[in-house]
Amino acid sequence: MSHTIGKDKMDALFEALSEHEVYGPVEVDGVWTYKKLDSAPDLEFGNSQVPPKSVFFPQTETMFEFKRDGARFVGAEEPQRASKPLVVFGVRPCDAKAFTLLDKLFTWDYIDPYFVDRRERATTIALTCSGQKPDENCFCTSIEGSPSGTEGVDSLWTDLGDRYFVESVTEKGEALIELGGNLFVEAVSDDESSAEEVKENAVKAITRTFDRAEVAESLRCLFESKYWEDISASCIGCGMCTLLCPTCHCFDINDVVKQGEGRRERTWDSCQFEYYSSHASGHNPRPAKRMRQRNRMYHKFLYIDNNLGVIGCVGCGRCISACPVNIDIIDVTEGAVARACMEKDADAKGEEAA
Amino acid sequence: MTDNIYKPVTATVLDIQLEAGGGRPIRTFKMQIDDESEREDFLHKPGQFCIVSHFGTGESVFAISSFPNTDGIVEVSAMRVGNVTGKLHELDVGDKVGLRGPYGNDFPVDDWKGKNMVFIGAGIGISPVRSVYQWVLHPDHRKDYGDVTLIYGARTPADLAYKEEFKEIEARDDLDLWLCIDWKFGPDGPIEAASHEDWPAINMKSPGDTEIPAGQNRFTCFVPQLVEVVKPSPENSIVVTCGPPIAIKFITQALEKLGWSSDQIYTTLENRMKCGIGKCGRCNIGDIYVCKHGPVFTYQEVKEMVPEF
Repeated sequence: MSHTIGKDKMDALFEALSEHEVYGPVEVDGVWTYKKLDSAPDLEFGNSQVPPKSVFFPQTETMFEFKRDGARFVGAEEPQRASKPLVVFGVRPCDAKAFTLLDKLFTWDYIDPYFVDRRERATTIALTCSGQKPDENCFCTSIEGSPSGTEGVDSLWTDLGDRYFVESVTEKGEALIELGGNLFVEAVSDDESSAEEVKENAVKAITRTFDRAEVAESLRCLFESKYWEDISASCIGCGMCTLLCPTCHCFDINDVVKQGEGRRERTWDSCQFEYYSSHASGHNPRPAKRMRQRNRMYHKFLYIDNNLGVIGCVGCGRCISACPVNIDIIDVTEGAVARACMEKDADAKGEEAA
Repeated sequence: MTDNIYKPVTATVLDIQLEAGGGRPIRTFKMQIDDESEREDFLHKPGQFCIVSHFGTGESVFAISSFPNTDGIVEVSAMRVGNVTGKLHELDVGDKVGLRGPYGNDFPVDDWKGKNMVFIGAGIGISPVRSVYQWVLHPDHRKDYGDVTLIYGARTPADLAYKEEFKEIEARDDLDLWLCIDWKFGPDGPIEAASHEDWPAINMKSPGDTEIPAGQNRFTCFVPQLVEVVKPSPENSIVVTCGPPIAIKFITQALEKLGWSSDQIYTTLENRMKCGIGKCGRCNIGDIYVCKHGPVFTYQEVKEMVPEF
């Protein structure tokens, strides 16, 4: 059953969630990210630059602290983990879909306790794209996504001007309705058709598309191609394309000692960084930019699919918007398809000539 | 609440052996997990690896070189190359470290029953090989396998690891042991005259034609050349080899010359890792995660990987 909630009821809903940790999009120093809120969420935004994966997989987090015996650390001691339920407001459907990839990765044979604990405690409220979204860099529909998709979503909200149209996708979504009580009212058919219109308009607003099956096929025969040198020539290795990617999950683990206290932290890392895979001996399996860019594309469109059965891209367009040298993932994929055809033709001609 | 896979258990250093000196010394650390209830969880299989913490400095990944046990005893051999290994090399007996693991796949020692076993280690690469030859040579298992040949080389006689253990191995009559130390190089290539007194040089141009004096089992040469001298037969046999990438390359070439196929040759890959459990990303070779799909691979599998080692 669907409901609506008036935008003027958001403060009351926030009050009703007093036993929860409430997260939502906030602008900090000009950058939209997700933070723990101390007042009702502001959902009038496009999409965040920092993806909401940060709620479950923070950029830096303490894994545990070290026990001390005299001057030395002699063991690990986990701090008390939070246990309150979480609610995350204003997650775009592409980012929610990315959660499901991270779910697979962080439970792949071994359970990652930090990510999984938070995910299990969380209710994800997604927001159908409207207004500033989708924008010129969005392409979720090319990767089996939708601006109103429900993968990884517990409750899907659609902006109807003075109210949100609320669809409960999971039991957690239904529990939210129950908790909100009379703040939510049963939707009428007009609400439903208005929401449908918003959803259809969102799909129409997406201008960029590509055929991901064709891309995967093309990549398979391009591994040795000079193409990767061409597309990575302008790359400065800043790592933004990966750090801000909602599906990227690479991390580094480091010990930090400050004023006699020691802890182990993990921090987002990027395959675009030169020393990411470098061995202690100094040997580096991917010493060149072309190899690191190639690894990123192959990982997204082939490797994750082979291992986890999903594509490592949800079409959010952040890597396009954030790249300081305008490397565009769709251009790269389209170029790969064109290049693969070209090189195939050249090979065929070469064989004919021989 | 979920158990924390990243949290190491505390272990005490029981023994430290200097295996090789020089600028990048190698030490073997024998550690025992403190909490008895944690010890059984650490029963590893030959070929698996573990992650050692120097609390406050960080973690490093090592092949477990010791025999599988439920006493929580874990041995690793570490070369001093970086921050963590630098601190490990400063440890004393009785100091505390952290351990995670065992992780990764293992050598299929049960599938190899009835086969002749050839072990080839180059430098510190002997460390992961050790866990398998110890398994095969164990009194409970030795009868399960055919002939055993052990080929091992290091830079200098002083750099040969596990010296005490090799004395015992050499005294056994149920295996062939072959050792070598590296050529010294001058500006014009290898210096034959620089070979060690008790370590005669092999025929450099054609190692396979080297005349072997009776009882002579140690030579001056590189490990791949020693393989050509020893000429292990591929008949009903398995090779387990590990060493620096360049050594592996030439060892496998030498074996292929002798008629070995690449699915008879097993090795372990040692990529840079952080998590060790397929999450942090960096150890991938194409879609292969060395930590999860490996570290043990056949040479055939290695050849099929994308060329990005």
